[in-house]
Amino acid sequence: MKQGNGTVPRIGVYVCHCGTNIAGNVDVKAVVDFASKLPGVVVAREYKYMCSDPGQSLIKNDIREKNLNRVIVASCSPHLHEHTFRHATLEGGQNPYLFHMVNIREQVSWVTEDKMSATEKAKALVEAAVYRVRYHEALETKEVPVNPDVLIIGGGIAGITAALTLANAGKKVYLVERDYSIGGHMAKFDKTFPTLDCASCILTPKMTAVKDHPNIHLFTYSEILEIDGYVGNFTARILKKPRYVIEDRCIGCYVCVEHCVYKTPKFPSEFDEGLGLRKPVFIPFPQAVPLIAAIDPETCIEFKSHRCKKTCQEACRDLVGRDAIDFTQREEVVEVQVGAIIVATGFKTFDARRIPEYGYGRYPNVYTSLEIERLVNSSGPTGGEIVMRDGRKPRRVGIIHCVGSRDRNFNPWCSRVCCMYSLKLAHLVRERTGAEVYNFYIDIRTPGKGYEEFYEKLMQEGVHFIRGKVAEVTDWTITPEETGKLVIRVEDSLVGVVRRIPVDMVILSVGLEPRDDAEEVRRQLNISCSSEGWFLERHPKLAPVSTFTDGIFIAGACQGPKDIPDTVAQAGAAAAEALALIDRGSVELEPNIAVIDEQKCSGCHVCIALCPYSAIAFNEEKNVAVINEALCKGCGVCVGTCPSKAITQQLFTDEELLAEIEGVLLV
Amino acid sequence: MKKKVAFYWCASCGGCEEAVVDLAEFLLDALEQIEIVFWPVAMDFKIEDVEQLTDGEIFASFINGAVLLSDQEEVVRLLRRKSQVVVAFGSCSHQGGVPGLINTHDRQDVFDYYYHNGPTVQRNGNEMPTPTGAKAFHVALPEYYGKARPLNQVIEVDYYIPGCAPPPNVVKDALLQLLSDSPPPRGTVLAGAHSLCSECPLNETKPPEGFKIKQFVRPSQVTHIDPDTCLLMQGLPCLGPVTRSGCNALCIKGHMPCTGCFGPLDGVRDFGAAALSFLASLIDSNDEAEIQRIIDEGLPDPLGTFYMYSFPGSLLNEVLQKGRQKARAWREREETVEAQTTENQ
Amino acid sequence: MDTFEPKIVGLFCNWCTYLAADLAGISRMKYSHNLRIVRVMCSGRIHPEFVLWAFRNGADGVLIGGCHPGDCHYIEGNYKNLRRFLLLRKLLEQVGIDPRRVRLEWISASEADKLKQVVNDFAETLRELGPFGTELPEEPVLDIHPKEEAVS
Repeated sequence: MKQGNGTVPRIGVYVCHCGTNIAGNVDVKAVVDFASKLPGVVVAREYKYMCSDPGQSLIKNDIREKNLNRVIVASCSPHLHEHTFRHATLEGGQNPYLFHMVNIREQVSWVTEDKMSATEKAKALVEAAVYRVRYHEALETKEVPVNPDVLIIGGGIAGITAALTLANAGKKVYLVERDYSIGGHMAKFDKTFPTLDCASCILTPKMTAVKDHPNIHLFTYSEILEIDGYVGNFTARILKKPRYVIEDRCIGCYVCVEHCVYKTPKFPSEFDEGLGLRKPVFIPFPQAVPLIAAIDPETCIEFKSHRCKKTCQEACRDLVGRDAIDFTQREEVVEVQVGAIIVATGFKTFDARRIPEYGYGRYPNVYTSLEIERLVNSSGPTGGEIVMRDGRKPRRVGIIHCVGSRDRNFNPWCSRVCCMYSLKLAHLVRERTGAEVYNFYIDIRTPGKGYEEFYEKLMQEGVHFIRGKVAEVTDWTITPEETGKLVIRVEDSLVGVVRRIPVDMVILSVGLEPRDDAEEVRRQLNISCSSEGWFLERHPKLAPVSTFTDGIFIAGACQGPKDIPDTVAQAGAAAAEALALIDRGSVELEPNIAVIDEQKCSGCHVCIALCPYSAIAFNEEKNVAVINEALCKGCGVCVGTCPSKAITQQLFTDEELLAEIEGVLLV
Repeated sequence: MKKKVAFYWCASCGGCEEAVVDLAEFLLDALEQIEIVFWPVAMDFKIEDVEQLTDGEIFASFINGAVLLSDQEEVVRLLRRKSQVVVAFGSCSHQGGVPGLINTHDRQDVFDYYYHNGPTVQRNGNEMPTPTGAKAFHVALPEYYGKARPLNQVIEVDYYIPGCAPPPNVVKDALLQLLSDSPPPRGTVLAGAHSLCSECPLNETKPPEGFKIKQFVRPSQVTHIDPDTCLLMQGLPCLGPVTRSGCNALCIKGHMPCTGCFGPLDGVRDFGAAALSFLASLIDSNDEAEIQRIIDEGLPDPLGTFYMYSFPGSLLNEVLQKGRQKARAWREREETVEAQTTENQ
Repeated sequence: MDTFEPKIVGLFCNWCTYLAADLAGISRMKYSHNLRIVRVMCSGRIHPEFVLWAFRNGADGVLIGGCHPGDCHYIEGNYKNLRRFLLLRKLLEQVGIDPRRVRLEWISASEADKLKQVVNDFAETLRELGPFGTELPEEPVLDIHPKEEAVS
């Protein structure tokens, strides 16, 4: 048997019940008995919860009293508690890397049908660990300093909250927003549920605070090109797209907009969901931050024909004296160094065209909920007046819930916010127009503070609720009452009849979806997505804002549908996690790096081109390959390739892995 | 007193015997110190002469070739008893060698090929050699095992001299080391400690930033080999990076890629797997279909390429042996169960 | 007659397939118990020797799990694994081992479903194939004498 640290391995094996999570499907006692007879095992114990204080004390005491020099805990995934038990091993007086963890919960008890097979499998994994730890050695960790600056991707309410929290704590923040203004979806809303306070009134001050904060560097109309590096030491390359207006010269005075050769706005405004119009030179909305004009090269005559009179430029120069308009502006790439990254890229709404039965895009009076948000907004295209595309005021309005959500054909998930915003819109529409409002729902879900009460209030206000999934919206009318209206056909599942409800206006409560660029962002950051495309948190309960990539945190609806209060809370949590990382000042890197034995290296050059981080260089003088420790991230590609077996990967040596493979096959 | 030395050949081509002769004058000098007591290929000693020696009387026996026949096994066992030191001489004895590739074929198939179906066989009737002797001559023939074994699978081996055949400089160095007052530790492979690249004159033509390979070519497929550029970089599957040095890059100097006759370095558990791993890793493509094409076109015979000399002693061979054992055990178990079921009925 | 239950060694990368296996657990998915997982940081760490070693020590199948192409946590370790895997599979086939005994699957952290399906399917394939070695032609057992030791 291999001697470690000059001593014979003295192994302690601890098998966790995890309440009944493990013990319910694995005969823990049998595993312990089995382990106690394995070579090198000095003590084998079971305990209800190994991660608890008394559980950890078992390890610490045994290390001291029984002179253990190897520790094995068979419990949950190492992704959950490896750190906990390494720490316990260290506190017991041994090097933490003499510990090894066996996953008998996620990968055994929870996934195996019968107890006998589960117990056998647990034994095999424990035996593998016993074989493996013989080869473990004490390892030193390397500490690297953490850059105190933070990059936040996405300037919606999540990004804004996180940025302000960090900036107020004295940290420098780079906030990158893809659009012309920060504010995200929230900036488009009129009121927020259930308190009905004005979204602008609570958001605008925060947006301004971002702009004015000395610790926040704002990049709008910018995108992340590339992220490199590792926890504490990331390098981000940011692409600043040209808005053809020099940012620090523009004062947001609208003079250029007024003097555009187009006398009236002619092009659909993106911010107004196409319901309002804008000119080629425009400011997206009056509360935009930064309040800077932009020119859209797709619609600007100068970009199309180079024959524009450029009256905007002239006005800016001659009337305002700023000369801010620059038709030759180019893309710019800025590189920043940060220690942590918060991803708050948000969501997109479900494209209602995907359900043709609901007539969106076909019937002008069918709207999405986001369009209605703009219609009811006092700063929206109609100044808050609810009028339809044909100029009429609706007398009867139908709101269809769960559009694209809870639907096997589209998205299986509940988008969480639609019930509540539908209620809010129902209230606003009824309040402003006095119309009869019909809600078509599958279930009304109002779990939140004051939410159920809001629902109660709406029922008292006389808003109609019809339980049933709408079959179609049609202009095929039968009765005189239906003439000139849209008819919503639905099975009222409470009454058990098919009903036809004629309405003037239909609002589709579209669900939330991952953004189209989520995949791209995920790849840039090397984080994971759930199969639906939401960013994956490290643990659904215990690490909801962390990712599997250290130093990268997630906040808001990019992680899953959520409302504003939850988004703000999560953004705060992400900021706190980033702060904890920064204020620690340094991080310990996993010592799983590759190490070259210069004595064994033949200088064959094979490993060099294979290193994805260019961490291997050739030393001509010694005729050996040399690994730059700071660049090595521990993938082990070179180790699996080295023809001279001169490279080993710490924590994953050939001996350790071969012993483990041999061990899992013994039972 | 002169040290007694024996030479013997098992399943080999005879090249290793040439390697001894290639020592030329050095052999004559060596004869001042050693006395050859057994060397079937060159000198007229009989088995009985060896049997008459006392155990351990021979200082060193140099045995080349793989063990393929029963007489070979008999002699090497005898030499083991009579020798203080046994040296596996050459690739076949060291790792199984080229004759070791016979292990991938069925024993009967090999027989049929050599005595029936081979293109150069012309015979009458169906007479086959058997251990009890061919009828006409009444000569007892040794048993053909059908599997070649490297020497250390038959007897304990103290040292290895690698190579197919071991070049004179390696043999000479090995002899000097063995005869010295402080011989190397037992188990040593008496050649270089690093891979061939470490002594290859073309190693310095590799760029410092490393390299990848777009396609593999076999020496017979190339019309022009650039003698001043690493052969591997030219797509020739040179096994230099994984092969023990000591030959002074003889083949490379002859513009032929290394085929790995010196075997693996210490610590490499399976020569073929190590060769396969590094060569595959260097393929310059991330596209599955393209990688498969590069492999199929350039490396059509992975077994012959990576296990040309090392198959019988390889982990791969062990895998196959274990597999056969396992399958056999399972079949026997099933038969027993079946028999019991029938009985119960 | 009792059925044959194969032993599967899973060599899973830390960032994708191992996490998928964790997720399968968190989601309480039940799958074939035959899989024994060994964790590596990246599938690019996997040496062909690991696969041979697994078969040598009694595995009936080896399942290598890595991140999807383009998704490797270490940029492109999975491709290096792919190159070795394809060549190794060719070698195994050449020596008579059924190539279905080695399987490479790209399973991302969220694809617990895929993991379950792959493991169940692989176990079924291996049950049909029988114990490792069944596909090899039978050979007469050599009467091997014990190795001759050196005289001391």
